[in-house]
Amino acid sequence: MSPVMTGPTIDFFSHSVAQTRRFGFRLGQFAQPGDVFCLEGPLGSGKTLLTQGIGQGLDIHTAITSPTFTLINEYRGGRIPLYHIDLYRLHSDQEIWNLGLLDYLESDGLSVVEWADQAKRVMPERRLWITLRHLSATKRGILMQAKGPRYIALLTSFRRDAFGG
Amino acid sequence: MHILGIETSCDETAAAVVTGGTIIRSSVVASQIDLHRQYGGVFPEMASRQHVLSIAPVVQQAIEQSGLAPQELAGIAVTYGPGLAGSLVVGVNYAKGLAFGYDLPLIGVNHIEAHIYGNWLRPAAETEEVSTPVFPSLALIVSGGHTMLILVRGHGDYEVLGQTLDDAAGEAFDKVARLLGLSYPGGPAIQSVAEQGNPRVFSLPRAWLRGTYDFSFSGLKTAVLHVVEQYGVDPHQWKQGVAARNGVAAAAISATRLLPVADLAASFQEAVVDVLVQKTKLAAEEHQVQQVILGGGVAANRMLRTEMTQSLDCPVLVPPPVLCTDNGAPIAAVGYYRLQAGERSSWDLDVVANLALS
Repeated sequence: MSPVMTGPTIDFFSHSVAQTRRFGFRLGQFAQPGDVFCLEGPLGSGKTLLTQGIGQGLDIHTAITSPTFTLINEYRGGRIPLYHIDLYRLHSDQEIWNLGLLDYLESDGLSVVEWADQAKRVMPERRLWITLRHLSATKRGILMQAKGPRYIALLTSFRRDAFGG
Repeated sequence: MHILGIETSCDETAAAVVTGGTIIRSSVVASQIDLHRQYGGVFPEMASRQHVLSIAPVVQQAIEQSGLAPQELAGIAVTYGPGLAGSLVVGVNYAKGLAFGYDLPLIGVNHIEAHIYGNWLRPAAETEEVSTPVFPSLALIVSGGHTMLILVRGHGDYEVLGQTLDDAAGEAFDKVARLLGLSYPGGPAIQSVAEQGNPRVFSLPRAWLRGTYDFSFSGLKTAVLHVVEQYGVDPHQWKQGVAARNGVAAAAISATRLLPVADLAASFQEAVVDVLVQKTKLAAEEHQVQQVILGGGVAANRMLRTEMTQSLDCPVLVPPPVLCTDNGAPIAAVGYYRLQAGERSSWDLDVVANLALS
Protein backbone atom coordinates (compact mmCIF):
# COMPACT_ATOMS: atom_id res chain seq x y z
CA MET A 1 0.00 0.00 0.00
CA SER A 2 1.59 3.26 -1.07
CA PRO A 3 1.15 6.23 1.18
CA VAL A 4 -1.25 9.03 0.37
CA MET A 5 0.74 12.23 0.19
CA THR A 6 -0.91 15.52 -0.47
CA GLY A 7 0.77 18.82 0.33
CA PRO A 8 1.48 19.05 4.02
CA THR A 9 -0.06 15.65 4.78
CA ILE A 10 1.12 12.04 4.74
CA ASP A 11 -1.25 9.15 5.45
CA PHE A 12 0.22 5.65 5.63
CA PHE A 13 0.07 2.32 7.44
CA SER A 14 2.36 0.58 9.85
CA HIS A 15 2.13 -3.20 9.85
CA SER A 16 4.06 -3.91 13.01
CA VAL A 17 5.53 -2.62 16.24
CA ALA A 18 8.95 -2.68 14.58
CA GLN A 19 7.73 -0.59 11.63
CA THR A 20 6.11 2.05 13.87
CA ARG A 21 9.36 2.28 15.81
CA ARG A 22 11.30 2.67 12.54
CA PHE A 23 9.04 5.50 11.37
CA GLY A 24 9.67 7.20 14.70
CA PHE A 25 13.41 6.71 14.26
CA ARG A 26 13.41 8.47 10.87
CA LEU A 27 11.28 11.29 12.26
CA GLY A 28 13.63 11.71 15.22
CA GLN A 29 16.60 12.07 12.90
CA PHE A 30 15.02 15.14 11.32
CA ALA A 31 13.96 16.82 14.56
CA GLN A 32 15.41 20.21 15.47
CA PRO A 33 15.43 22.21 18.71
CA GLY A 34 12.07 23.91 19.22
CA ASP A 35 10.08 21.31 17.28
CA VAL A 36 6.68 20.22 18.61
CA PHE A 37 5.12 16.89 17.62
CA CYS A 38 1.51 16.48 18.77
CA LEU A 39 0.28 12.89 19.11
CA GLU A 40 -3.37 11.87 19.02
CA GLY A 41 -4.83 8.36 19.14
CA PRO A 42 -6.67 5.97 21.44
CA LEU A 43 -5.16 3.74 24.12
CA GLY A 44 -2.81 1.12 22.70
CA SER A 45 -2.47 2.82 19.31
CA GLY A 46 1.31 3.20 19.64
CA LYS A 47 1.95 6.77 20.80
CA THR A 48 4.63 5.83 23.33
CA LEU A 49 6.04 3.28 20.88
CA LEU A 50 6.40 5.95 18.17
CA THR A 51 8.08 8.22 20.73
CA GLN A 52 10.53 5.43 21.61
CA GLY A 53 11.50 5.34 17.95
CA ILE A 54 11.81 9.13 17.83
CA GLY A 55 14.11 8.97 20.87
CA GLN A 56 16.31 6.42 19.16
CA GLY A 57 16.45 8.71 16.13
CA LEU A 58 17.75 11.41 18.47
CA ASP A 59 20.47 9.03 19.73
CA ILE A 60 18.86 8.58 23.12
CA HIS A 61 19.71 5.14 24.42
CA THR A 62 17.88 5.01 27.74
CA ALA A 63 14.42 3.42 28.02
CA ILE A 64 11.68 5.85 27.01
CA THR A 65 8.69 5.09 29.22
CA SER A 66 5.14 6.38 29.28
CA PRO A 67 4.84 9.82 30.92
CA THR A 68 1.13 9.40 31.73
CA PHE A 69 1.67 9.70 35.48
CA THR A 70 4.86 11.70 35.60
CA LEU A 71 3.31 14.14 33.04
CA ILE A 72 6.72 14.86 31.54
CA ASN A 73 9.91 12.88 31.09
CA GLU A 74 13.09 14.62 30.02
CA TYR A 75 15.87 12.87 28.15
CA ARG A 76 19.15 14.69 27.73
CA GLY A 77 21.53 12.00 26.54
CA GLY A 78 20.89 12.47 22.80
CA ARG A 79 21.56 14.90 19.97
CA ILE A 80 19.02 17.38 21.38
CA PRO A 81 16.86 17.18 24.54
CA LEU A 82 13.58 15.25 24.26
CA TYR A 83 10.62 16.44 26.33
CA HIS A 84 8.04 13.65 26.38
CA ILE A 85 4.78 15.14 27.64
CA ASP A 86 1.44 13.40 28.30
CA LEU A 87 -1.87 15.21 28.78
CA TYR A 88 -3.95 12.05 29.40
CA ARG A 89 -4.62 12.81 33.07
CA LEU A 90 -5.21 16.51 32.56
CA HIS A 91 -8.64 17.80 31.78
CA SER A 92 -8.45 21.55 31.52
CA ASP A 93 -6.24 24.09 29.81
CA GLN A 94 -5.93 25.73 33.23
CA GLU A 95 -4.44 22.58 34.76
CA ILE A 96 -1.92 22.26 31.94
CA TRP A 97 -1.00 25.92 32.29
CA ASN A 98 -0.70 25.68 36.08
CA LEU A 99 1.70 22.72 35.92
CA GLY A 100 4.04 24.65 33.64
CA LEU A 101 3.97 22.04 30.88
CA LEU A 102 3.74 24.65 28.17
CA ASP A 103 7.12 26.06 29.20
CA TYR A 104 8.78 23.10 27.50
CA LEU A 105 7.21 23.69 24.10
CA GLU A 106 9.32 25.44 21.46
CA SER A 107 12.34 25.46 23.81
CA ASP A 108 15.83 23.98 23.37
CA GLY A 109 14.65 20.48 22.48
CA LEU A 110 12.02 18.40 20.75
CA SER A 111 8.66 18.22 22.54
CA VAL A 112 6.48 15.20 21.87
CA VAL A 113 3.01 15.65 23.35
CA GLU A 114 0.78 12.59 23.81
CA TRP A 115 -2.99 13.16 24.00
CA ALA A 116 -2.43 16.61 22.49
CA ASP A 117 -6.09 16.56 21.42
CA GLN A 118 -7.01 17.02 25.11
CA ALA A 119 -5.73 20.58 24.82
CA LYS A 120 -5.79 21.53 21.17
CA ARG A 121 -6.27 25.21 22.01
CA VAL A 122 -3.06 25.54 23.99
CA MET A 123 -0.89 23.68 21.48
CA PRO A 124 1.29 25.88 19.25
CA GLU A 125 -0.28 26.90 15.96
CA ARG A 126 2.76 25.58 14.11
CA ARG A 127 3.37 21.91 14.76
CA LEU A 128 3.47 18.41 13.36
CA TRP A 129 0.20 16.68 14.24
CA ILE A 130 0.34 12.87 14.18
CA THR A 131 -2.88 10.86 14.44
CA LEU A 132 -2.64 7.12 15.12
CA ARG A 133 -5.55 4.74 14.68
CA HIS A 134 -6.19 1.02 15.12
CA LEU A 135 -6.79 -0.89 11.90
CA SER A 136 -6.25 -4.42 13.26
CA ALA A 137 -4.40 -6.13 16.09
CA THR A 138 -1.03 -5.22 14.62
CA LYS A 139 -1.84 -2.65 11.91
CA ARG A 140 -1.99 1.09 12.64
CA GLY A 141 -2.89 4.07 10.51
CA ILE A 142 -0.51 7.00 10.84
CA LEU A 143 -1.62 10.42 9.61
CA MET A 144 0.89 13.25 9.72
CA GLN A 145 -0.23 16.83 9.21
CA ALA A 146 2.25 19.70 9.07
CA LYS A 147 1.35 23.28 9.93
CA GLY A 148 3.90 26.01 9.28
CA PRO A 149 6.90 26.09 6.92
CA ARG A 150 9.29 24.34 9.31
CA TYR A 151 7.02 21.30 9.59
CA ILE A 152 6.21 21.18 5.88
CA ALA A 153 9.97 21.07 5.25
CA LEU A 154 10.36 18.37 7.89
CA LEU A 155 7.61 16.29 6.33
CA THR A 156 9.20 16.67 2.89
CA SER A 157 12.51 15.37 4.22
CA PHE A 158 10.77 12.54 6.03
CA ARG A 159 8.80 11.60 2.91
CA ARG A 160 11.93 11.50 0.76
CA ASP A 161 13.74 9.40 3.35
CA ALA A 162 10.92 6.98 4.16
CA PHE A 163 9.25 6.58 0.80
CA GLY A 164 11.85 7.88 -1.62
CA GLY A 165 9.28 10.19 -3.25
CA MET B 1 15.63 14.52 66.08
CA HIS B 2 12.74 16.13 64.12
CA ILE B 3 12.90 16.63 60.37
CA LEU B 4 10.50 18.54 58.12
CA GLY B 5 9.97 16.85 54.74
CA ILE B 6 8.61 18.69 51.69
CA GLU B 7 7.38 17.00 48.50
CA THR B 8 6.22 18.82 45.35
CA SER B 9 7.52 16.53 42.61
CA CYS B 10 4.24 16.14 40.74
CA ASP B 11 0.71 17.37 41.32
CA GLU B 12 0.50 17.07 45.12
CA THR B 13 1.90 19.60 47.56
CA ALA B 14 2.86 17.77 50.75
CA ALA B 15 4.77 18.36 53.98
CA ALA B 16 5.34 16.29 57.13
CA VAL B 17 7.31 16.29 60.35
CA VAL B 18 8.99 13.00 61.31
CA THR B 19 10.85 12.18 64.53
CA GLY B 20 13.82 9.82 64.61
CA GLY B 21 13.24 8.77 61.00
CA THR B 22 10.23 6.66 62.03
CA ILE B 23 7.44 8.49 63.88
CA ILE B 24 5.13 10.69 61.85
CA ARG B 25 4.13 13.68 63.98
CA SER B 26 2.19 15.37 61.19
CA SER B 27 1.54 14.92 57.49
CA VAL B 28 -0.39 17.31 55.26
CA VAL B 29 -1.22 16.83 51.57
CA ALA B 30 -2.64 19.77 49.60
CA SER B 31 -5.66 17.93 48.25
CA GLN B 32 -6.92 17.52 51.82
CA ILE B 33 -7.10 21.24 52.36
CA ASP B 34 -9.92 23.42 51.17
CA LEU B 35 -7.72 26.17 49.87
CA HIS B 36 -10.59 28.13 48.47
CA ARG B 37 -12.20 28.40 51.89
CA GLN B 38 -8.92 29.25 53.54
CA TYR B 39 -8.36 32.15 51.22
CA GLY B 40 -11.94 33.30 51.72
CA GLY B 41 -12.83 33.22 48.06
CA VAL B 42 -11.38 32.57 44.67
CA PHE B 43 -7.64 32.99 44.58
CA PRO B 44 -5.85 34.51 41.62
CA GLU B 45 -5.64 31.50 39.31
CA MET B 46 -4.11 33.02 36.28
CA ALA B 47 -1.17 34.62 38.03
CA SER B 48 0.17 31.72 40.06
CA ARG B 49 0.52 28.01 40.01
CA GLN B 50 -0.99 25.37 42.25
CA HIS B 51 2.13 24.64 44.25
CA VAL B 52 2.92 28.29 44.81
CA LEU B 53 -0.50 28.69 46.38
CA SER B 54 -0.39 25.55 48.46
CA ILE B 55 3.17 25.40 49.72
CA ALA B 56 3.03 27.99 52.52
CA PRO B 57 -0.25 26.80 54.13
CA VAL B 58 0.72 23.12 53.76
CA VAL B 59 4.13 23.56 55.43
CA GLN B 60 2.65 25.81 58.09
CA GLN B 61 -0.03 23.24 58.94
CA ALA B 62 2.51 20.41 59.05
CA ILE B 63 4.63 22.35 61.54
CA GLU B 64 1.62 23.43 63.62
CA GLN B 65 0.17 19.92 63.79
CA SER B 66 3.52 18.51 64.87
CA GLY B 67 3.29 20.58 68.05
CA LEU B 68 6.83 21.79 67.54
CA ALA B 69 8.28 25.22 66.97
CA PRO B 70 10.28 25.60 63.75
CA GLN B 71 13.38 26.17 65.89
CA GLU B 72 13.04 22.64 67.29
CA LEU B 73 13.53 21.08 63.85
CA ALA B 74 16.94 19.54 63.11
CA GLY B 75 16.73 19.92 59.35
CA ILE B 76 14.59 20.35 56.25
CA ALA B 77 14.45 17.64 53.59
CA VAL B 78 12.98 18.27 50.16
CA THR B 79 12.43 16.30 46.96
CA TYR B 80 14.68 17.71 44.23
CA GLY B 81 13.86 15.09 41.55
CA PRO B 82 12.68 13.25 39.56
CA GLY B 83 9.53 15.14 38.68
CA LEU B 84 8.21 18.26 37.01
CA ALA B 85 10.88 20.95 37.06
CA GLY B 86 8.32 23.71 37.57
CA SER B 87 6.77 21.85 40.51
CA LEU B 88 10.02 20.72 42.11
CA VAL B 89 11.43 24.23 42.10
CA VAL B 90 8.58 25.49 44.30
CA GLY B 91 9.37 22.95 47.03
CA VAL B 92 13.13 23.36 46.75
CA ASN B 93 13.02 27.14 46.90
CA TYR B 94 10.60 27.16 49.80
CA ALA B 95 12.75 24.64 51.69
CA LYS B 96 15.84 26.75 51.05
CA GLY B 97 14.16 29.88 52.31
CA LEU B 98 12.92 28.16 55.45
CA ALA B 99 16.23 26.42 56.14
CA PHE B 100 18.16 29.63 55.62
CA GLY B 101 15.74 31.62 57.77
CA TYR B 102 15.87 29.19 60.70
CA ASP B 103 19.54 28.34 60.18
CA LEU B 104 18.82 24.65 59.57
CA PRO B 105 20.57 22.14 57.32
CA LEU B 106 18.95 21.50 53.93
CA ILE B 107 18.83 17.93 52.57
CA GLY B 108 17.88 17.16 48.94
CA VAL B 109 16.08 13.81 48.56
CA ASN B 110 15.27 11.61 45.57
CA HIS B 111 11.52 10.99 45.19
CA ILE B 112 12.06 7.27 44.51
CA GLU B 113 13.89 6.85 47.83
CA ALA B 114 10.78 8.11 49.58
CA HIS B 115 8.80 5.09 48.39
CA ILE B 116 11.34 2.82 50.06
CA TYR B 117 11.31 4.66 53.39
CA GLY B 118 7.51 4.68 53.63
CA ASN B 119 7.81 1.14 54.98
CA TRP B 120 9.84 2.16 57.98
CA LEU B 121 7.41 4.80 59.25
CA ARG B 122 4.46 4.80 61.61
CA PRO B 123 1.98 7.45 62.79
CA ALA B 124 2.63 8.87 66.28
CA ALA B 125 -0.75 7.58 67.48
CA GLU B 126 0.18 3.95 66.82
CA THR B 127 2.13 2.11 69.48
CA GLU B 128 2.83 -0.92 67.31
CA GLU B 129 6.52 -1.40 66.61
CA VAL B 130 7.62 -0.52 63.12
CA SER B 131 10.12 -2.62 61.19
CA THR B 132 13.56 -1.15 61.29
CA PRO B 133 15.69 -0.96 58.15
CA VAL B 134 17.76 -4.10 57.55
CA PHE B 135 20.16 -4.60 54.66
CA PRO B 136 20.33 -5.79 52.06
CA SER B 137 16.67 -5.17 51.26
CA LEU B 138 14.90 -5.42 47.95
CA ALA B 139 12.37 -2.72 47.09
CA LEU B 140 9.66 -3.14 44.48
CA ILE B 141 8.32 0.32 43.68
CA VAL B 142 5.08 0.08 41.74
CA SER B 143 3.24 3.32 41.16
CA GLY B 144 1.54 5.08 38.29
CA GLY B 145 4.81 6.58 37.15
CA HIS B 146 7.38 3.98 38.16
CA THR B 147 7.96 0.25 38.24
CA MET B 148 11.40 -0.54 39.65
CA LEU B 149 13.25 -3.28 41.46
CA ILE B 150 15.91 -1.73 43.67
CA LEU B 151 18.57 -3.46 45.73
CA VAL B 152 19.04 -1.43 48.91
CA ARG B 153 22.46 -2.21 50.39
CA GLY B 154 22.35 0.51 53.03
CA HIS B 155 21.01 4.01 53.63
CA GLY B 156 21.59 5.85 50.38
CA ASP B 157 23.25 2.82 48.77
CA TYR B 158 21.04 1.63 45.92
CA GLU B 159 21.29 -0.42 42.75
CA VAL B 160 18.42 -0.34 40.26
CA LEU B 161 18.14 -3.96 39.12
CA GLY B 162 15.37 -3.36 36.62
CA GLN B 163 12.51 -1.10 35.59
CA THR B 164 9.67 -0.83 33.14
CA LEU B 165 10.57 -0.34 29.52
CA ASP B 166 7.20 1.21 28.65
CA ASP B 167 4.14 1.55 30.94
CA ALA B 168 4.33 1.48 34.72
CA ALA B 169 2.21 -1.13 36.53
CA GLY B 170 -0.09 1.48 38.05
CA GLU B 171 -0.60 3.07 34.69
CA ALA B 172 -1.57 -0.32 33.22
CA PHE B 173 -4.22 -0.69 35.94
CA ASP B 174 -5.57 2.74 35.17
CA LYS B 175 -5.68 2.36 31.44
CA VAL B 176 -7.17 -1.14 31.52
CA ALA B 177 -9.86 0.17 33.89
CA ARG B 178 -10.61 2.78 31.26
CA LEU B 179 -10.83 0.10 28.56
CA LEU B 180 -13.26 -1.88 30.74
CA GLY B 181 -15.41 1.18 31.42
CA LEU B 182 -14.52 1.15 35.12
CA SER B 183 -14.15 4.17 37.33
CA TYR B 184 -11.05 6.22 38.11
CA PRO B 185 -8.66 5.53 39.79
CA GLY B 186 -8.29 2.17 38.11
CA GLY B 187 -6.37 0.21 40.74
CA PRO B 188 -9.15 -0.09 43.35
CA ALA B 189 -11.81 -0.43 40.62
CA ILE B 190 -10.10 -3.41 38.98
CA GLN B 191 -9.34 -4.99 42.34
CA SER B 192 -12.96 -4.95 43.50
CA VAL B 193 -14.41 -6.15 40.17
CA ALA B 194 -11.72 -8.84 39.87
CA GLU B 195 -12.78 -10.38 43.16
CA GLN B 196 -15.98 -11.53 41.43
CA GLY B 197 -14.13 -12.83 38.38
CA ASN B 198 -12.26 -15.94 37.29
CA PRO B 199 -8.63 -15.21 36.39
CA ARG B 200 -8.39 -18.40 34.28
CA VAL B 201 -10.93 -17.29 31.68
CA PHE B 202 -8.57 -15.18 29.58
CA SER B 203 -5.00 -16.15 28.89
CA LEU B 204 -3.21 -12.82 28.72
CA PRO B 205 0.46 -12.37 27.83
CA ARG B 206 3.15 -11.92 30.45
CA ALA B 207 6.32 -10.15 29.35
CA TRP B 208 8.98 -12.06 31.26
CA LEU B 209 11.98 -10.39 29.57
CA ARG B 210 14.09 -13.27 30.84
CA GLY B 211 17.63 -12.63 31.96
CA THR B 212 16.70 -9.12 33.09
CA TYR B 213 14.74 -7.59 35.94
CA ASP B 214 13.00 -5.21 33.54
CA PHE B 215 9.24 -5.05 33.06
CA SER B 216 6.85 -4.32 30.21
CA PHE B 217 3.10 -3.82 30.56
CA SER B 218 2.23 -2.09 27.30
CA GLY B 219 1.60 -5.35 25.44
CA LEU B 220 -0.71 -6.57 28.19
CA LYS B 221 -2.76 -3.39 27.92
CA THR B 222 -3.08 -3.84 24.15
CA ALA B 223 -4.03 -7.52 24.63
CA VAL B 224 -6.91 -6.48 26.90
CA LEU B 225 -7.96 -3.95 24.27
CA HIS B 226 -8.17 -6.68 21.65
CA VAL B 227 -10.31 -8.89 23.89
CA VAL B 228 -12.65 -5.96 24.47
CA GLU B 229 -12.89 -5.37 20.74
CA GLN B 230 -13.58 -9.06 20.08
CA TYR B 231 -16.74 -8.66 22.15
CA GLY B 232 -17.85 -5.99 19.74
CA VAL B 233 -17.30 -3.19 22.23
CA ASP B 234 -15.56 -0.02 21.13
CA PRO B 235 -13.72 1.04 24.27
CA HIS B 236 -12.74 4.38 22.78
CA GLN B 237 -16.26 5.70 22.78
CA TRP B 238 -16.23 5.34 26.56
CA LYS B 239 -13.67 8.04 26.88
CA GLN B 240 -16.09 10.84 27.59
CA GLY B 241 -13.67 13.13 29.39
CA VAL B 242 -14.71 13.88 32.94
CA ALA B 243 -17.79 11.63 32.74
CA ALA B 244 -15.62 8.56 32.25
CA ARG B 245 -13.47 9.51 35.24
CA ASN B 246 -16.41 9.62 37.58
CA GLY B 247 -17.89 6.26 36.78
CA VAL B 248 -19.13 4.02 34.07
CA ALA B 249 -20.35 6.15 31.19
CA ALA B 250 -24.03 5.65 30.38
CA ALA B 251 -23.32 4.34 26.88
CA ALA B 252 -20.93 1.79 28.27
CA ILE B 253 -23.36 0.22 30.72
CA SER B 254 -25.33 -1.63 28.06
CA ALA B 255 -22.16 -2.62 26.22
CA THR B 256 -20.56 -4.08 29.35
CA ARG B 257 -23.42 -6.57 29.70
CA LEU B 258 -21.82 -8.50 26.84
CA LEU B 259 -18.27 -8.20 28.11
CA PRO B 260 -17.19 -10.43 31.01
CA VAL B 261 -15.61 -7.47 32.79
CA ALA B 262 -14.97 -9.31 36.07
CA ASP B 263 -13.19 -12.23 34.40
CA LEU B 264 -11.14 -9.93 32.22
CA ALA B 265 -10.20 -7.72 35.18
CA ALA B 266 -9.24 -10.80 37.21
CA SER B 267 -7.16 -12.23 34.35
CA PHE B 268 -5.41 -8.89 33.88
CA GLN B 269 -4.70 -8.44 37.58
CA GLU B 270 -3.25 -11.92 37.79
CA ALA B 271 -0.99 -11.31 34.79
CA VAL B 272 0.47 -8.16 36.40
CA VAL B 273 0.85 -9.72 39.85
CA ASP B 274 2.42 -12.88 38.39
CA VAL B 275 5.25 -10.98 36.74
CA LEU B 276 5.83 -8.64 39.68
CA VAL B 277 5.98 -11.51 42.18
CA GLN B 278 8.13 -13.87 40.08
CA LYS B 279 10.70 -11.21 39.24
CA THR B 280 10.87 -10.02 42.83
CA LYS B 281 11.29 -13.60 44.06
CA LEU B 282 14.15 -14.23 41.62
CA ALA B 283 15.92 -11.01 42.59
CA ALA B 284 15.39 -11.67 46.31
CA GLU B 285 16.98 -15.10 45.97
CA GLU B 286 19.85 -13.96 43.78
CA HIS B 287 20.81 -11.18 46.17
CA GLN B 288 19.93 -13.02 49.38
CA VAL B 289 18.03 -10.08 50.81
CA GLN B 290 16.83 -9.83 54.41
CA GLN B 291 13.49 -8.27 53.56
CA VAL B 292 11.36 -7.23 50.62
CA ILE B 293 9.72 -3.82 50.64
CA LEU B 294 6.75 -2.71 48.57
CA GLY B 295 6.13 0.92 47.70
CA GLY B 296 3.96 3.08 45.44
CA GLY B 297 0.22 3.08 44.83
CA VAL B 298 0.01 -0.47 43.45
CA ALA B 299 1.47 -1.75 46.74
CA ALA B 300 -2.05 -1.21 48.09
CA ASN B 301 -3.32 -4.04 45.82
CA ARG B 302 -4.53 -6.93 47.98
CA MET B 303 -3.63 -9.70 45.54
CA LEU B 304 -0.09 -8.36 45.16
CA ARG B 305 0.33 -8.20 48.94
CA THR B 306 -1.01 -11.71 49.45
CA GLU B 307 0.90 -13.36 46.61
CA MET B 308 4.12 -11.62 47.50
CA THR B 309 3.87 -12.64 51.15
CA GLN B 310 3.06 -16.25 50.27
CA SER B 311 5.69 -16.68 47.56
CA LEU B 312 8.71 -15.20 49.31
CA ASP B 313 10.73 -16.81 52.04
CA CYS B 314 11.89 -13.54 53.62
CA PRO B 315 9.66 -10.98 55.40
CA VAL B 316 7.63 -8.73 53.08
CA LEU B 317 6.85 -5.20 54.26
CA VAL B 318 3.82 -3.39 52.92
CA PRO B 319 3.19 0.22 53.89
CA PRO B 320 -0.26 1.36 55.05
CA PRO B 321 -2.21 2.61 52.00
CA VAL B 322 -1.95 6.26 53.09
CA LEU B 323 1.83 6.03 52.77
CA CYS B 324 1.65 4.41 49.32
CA THR B 325 0.84 7.72 47.64
CA ASP B 326 2.95 10.88 47.56
CA ASN B 327 3.43 12.55 50.94
CA GLY B 328 6.14 14.36 52.88
CA ALA B 329 6.83 11.85 55.66
CA PRO B 330 9.21 9.50 53.82
CA ILE B 331 11.12 12.53 52.52
CA ALA B 332 11.70 13.56 56.12
CA ALA B 333 12.75 10.00 56.99
CA VAL B 334 15.36 9.91 54.24
CA GLY B 335 16.53 13.34 55.43
CA TYR B 336 16.97 11.98 58.95
CA TYR B 337 19.31 9.19 57.84
CA ARG B 338 21.26 11.55 55.59
CA LEU B 339 21.76 14.00 58.40
CA GLN B 340 22.80 11.17 60.75
CA ALA B 341 25.48 10.29 58.21
CA GLY B 342 26.68 13.88 58.29
CA GLU B 343 25.37 14.75 54.84
CA ARG B 344 23.65 17.97 53.81
CA SER B 345 23.01 19.80 50.59
CA SER B 346 24.55 23.11 49.67
CA TRP B 347 22.50 26.29 49.16
CA ASP B 348 22.80 25.93 45.42
CA LEU B 349 20.80 22.68 45.41
CA ASP B 350 18.97 22.67 42.09
CA VAL B 351 16.07 20.58 40.84
CA VAL B 352 16.91 17.63 38.57
CA ALA B 353 13.77 16.68 36.62
CA ASN B 354 15.20 13.39 35.38
CA LEU B 355 17.17 12.55 38.54
CA ALA B 356 18.34 8.93 38.55
CA LEU B 357 18.64 6.79 41.65
CA SER B 358 22.28 6.05 42.42
